[in-house]
Amino acid sequence: MSQLLGVYRPGHTALHRMPVGPKLGALALWSVLVVATPGPYAAVGFLAGAIGVAVWSGLPLRRTLRTMRGLLIMLTIVGAFQTWQRGLDVAVAVTGDLLALFLMGLAFTATTAIDDLLTTIERGAGPLRHVGIRPERVALTFALVMRALPAVLEVAHETRSAARARGLERSPRALLVPFAIRTVAHAYATGDALHARGLAD
Amino acid sequence: MIELRDAAVVVDDPHGPVTLLEPVSLALPEHRIGIIGANGSGKSTLARLLNGLVEPSSGQVLVDGRDVVEDGREVRRRVGFVFTHPDAQLVMPTPVEDVTLSLRRTVRGRAERRRRALEVLDAIGLADRAEVSVHVLSGGQKQLLALAGVLATDPDVVVADEPTTLLDLRNSRQVADRLFALRQQLVLVTHDLDLARRCDRVLVVDSGRIVHDGPADAAVDHYVALCGETT
Repeated sequence: MSQLLGVYRPGHTALHRMPVGPKLGALALWSVLVVATPGPYAAVGFLAGAIGVAVWSGLPLRRTLRTMRGLLIMLTIVGAFQTWQRGLDVAVAVTGDLLALFLMGLAFTATTAIDDLLTTIERGAGPLRHVGIRPERVALTFALVMRALPAVLEVAHETRSAARARGLERSPRALLVPFAIRTVAHAYATGDALHARGLAD
Repeated sequence: MIELRDAAVVVDDPHGPVTLLEPVSLALPEHRIGIIGANGSGKSTLARLLNGLVEPSSGQVLVDGRDVVEDGREVRRRVGFVFTHPDAQLVMPTPVEDVTLSLRRTVRGRAERRRRALEVLDAIGLADRAEVSVHVLSGGQKQLLALAGVLATDPDVVVADEPTTLLDLRNSRQVADRLFALRQQLVLVTHDLDLARRCDRVLVVDSGRIVHDGPADAAVDHYVALCGETT
């Protein structure tokens, strides 16, 4: 899954050419709309829209679906639980909204070069300099958040493999404890690396 | 030039202070300097002192006369650091974006940053991998990319902490050859004694002390003898 998340795919679609600021604003607005509009029909509509945008942005359909396998399994479980607890309408609304948000996020990162995104965020956060917050740090924080998800997924995958190799794949303790420790260790190592590259100065 | 003046590293532990590095004074003017020693001997601590990743508890570390604590930002512009595990060092999703990130401090304009990043990737042999996900790179390619991220800022010194330890023979040779071809000063922490022998000067670290400092062959022989004594 981590191989596709947050990866920019150069291209010439209208989404690629759209300035980052308005694109980011549109994504934020759209996300608020998805969350604020209740009901299964709205969710299906948003999902159809997101699929359309994802295809338009040039995301390879088959590879994207393969990448999303883990998420789809999780959504199936969530959907089944919601159907059992609150009915089919709520299940469709919840899973449809989540999938639509995820796909739109993928389309955004696939059509936006990180360097452009950082520059836009840095510019947008410029006024914060007056209250002692450095805009380049705000931008770097965004970049790290985008990097964090695939990195944590990779740690989870390695931890699961290690537990399986020891015949402990059913032990929550053998999964969760090393996962937490390795995630924190990864965060420390990333901090060291940023420090060494002078990006934290 | 790198200079250590009575630099020591002591950390607090629940059982009391622990000395990671005894006070050490030396100047490092040579082009290629090797640091060898057993696991936990203090060689990585010594390397991390050189760009301020670890601050000395006492004494001073100077790079071209600048103190790594008081003038850390400027020192880190001059001293690049390559870690053992490249994954933590690679922050961005693709190689070209990761190298571009290094250039954000110094190069204005997206097009120029991208041009320079591609130039660095080409020089290090990763031009054809510039746009792929960093996750699909081999271990050697990741390490080369980490090196590219460091070289993009044009440092005067490259400190590499066991950069070949996790690599197979082919990747290890590829990374080592790149490191030894650098025009910059190289400080190389390594367990690979063949690599150590290629250095102009080698420091042997044991239990937080530099127990030998001199030409490569003599230093490696000293280390081998030391390991023989302790096994």
